[in-house]
Amino acid sequence: MADEITDIWVYLATSPLLSLTLTLVAYQIVLEVWTRIGRPALLNPVLASVLIIVAVLAATGTPYDTYFEGAQFIHFLLGPATVALAIPLYRQFERIRANKLAIAASLVTGSVTGIATGLGLGALLGLDRVSFVSLAPKSVTAPVAMGIVERIGGLPSLTAVLVIVTGIIGAALGPAALNAIGVTDAAARGMAMGVGSHGIGTARALQESEAAGAFSGLAMGLNALATAILVPLAFALFS
Amino acid sequence: MLRALTAIFACQLVGEALVAASGLPMPGPVIGMALLFGFFVARGGIPAPIASVGDGLLGNLSVLFVPAGVGIMQHAARISSEGVQLGGALVGSTLVTIGVTGLVMKFFMKPDGRAKRKRTDHG
Repeated sequence: MADEITDIWVYLATSPLLSLTLTLVAYQIVLEVWTRIGRPALLNPVLASVLIIVAVLAATGTPYDTYFEGAQFIHFLLGPATVALAIPLYRQFERIRANKLAIAASLVTGSVTGIATGLGLGALLGLDRVSFVSLAPKSVTAPVAMGIVERIGGLPSLTAVLVIVTGIIGAALGPAALNAIGVTDAAARGMAMGVGSHGIGTARALQESEAAGAFSGLAMGLNALATAILVPLAFALFS
Repeated sequence: MLRALTAIFACQLVGEALVAASGLPMPGPVIGMALLFGFFVARGGIPAPIASVGDGLLGNLSVLFVPAGVGIMQHAARISSEGVQLGGALVGSTLVTIGVTGLVMKFFMKPDGRAKRKRTDHG
């Protein structure tokens, strides 16, 4: 009996379906609980799902690569979802066009602030060189951040994790921070979430309103471009 | 639904191809977003099937980040040695970035009120 279970486990563990299902089930359980307790921003569903899955993988001795063979099908949909951000963008186009100057100004200051404070704090806290470099583009969407870090000599897989953690921090703490400093307008909130915490911030902004989501999606795309120019420039100038 | 998915994938594919050909420091899907946006503008609206597939994807955007987030387990050693410093730098920098961006945007924004919402058409 125990042998049979082991056999079934060995078979399933090599099938992509197991980690695919694990990811969906963990997330839906988290979402259900999170909705019941009133969707507090502070308890981020991505973080909770990640922790559950890491615990399951650690308990079963499953390496990340095996997990990702199945989970990649979910990961893949990030691309099409990014394309789909054209929908809120189009619906809010009038409002975006009316605020071109404000978008440009907040993009540039926000992007510079993100890079400068990240590197400044990293240096201040004595991060080692690899962590320091890998941290630089943390506020932009993972594929771009990884591409940037590759060019300046960091560790792309570490960057991917720092990017996700940045997104979770922004989604969890950003709305409260914006409340505290009196930023109430949906467009300004969305812009801030998108520049500071890319797609995870955008997912959170979309939960606030479609307008916030549209500005956040736009900000995320623009900041990917700004950061891809600014980070290599900063490293060329200062190191 | 199939045509809507095809349209979205095609935009991403063309976006990826343009990035590969031009060496632009942008992710392919962001170019794809711009292409789909251009399509909506040319058409004067969002076809209902694309709106429904897209809203479905965006309504579940959070779950799509979970697989990459689980990658944190690959860096357990670094996180046990430098986790506090990394966390501190990320929290501090992210909050300041969000705050500064929000305040600058608020400062330069025109007063709201004439924002009109574009309608989804049914094509």
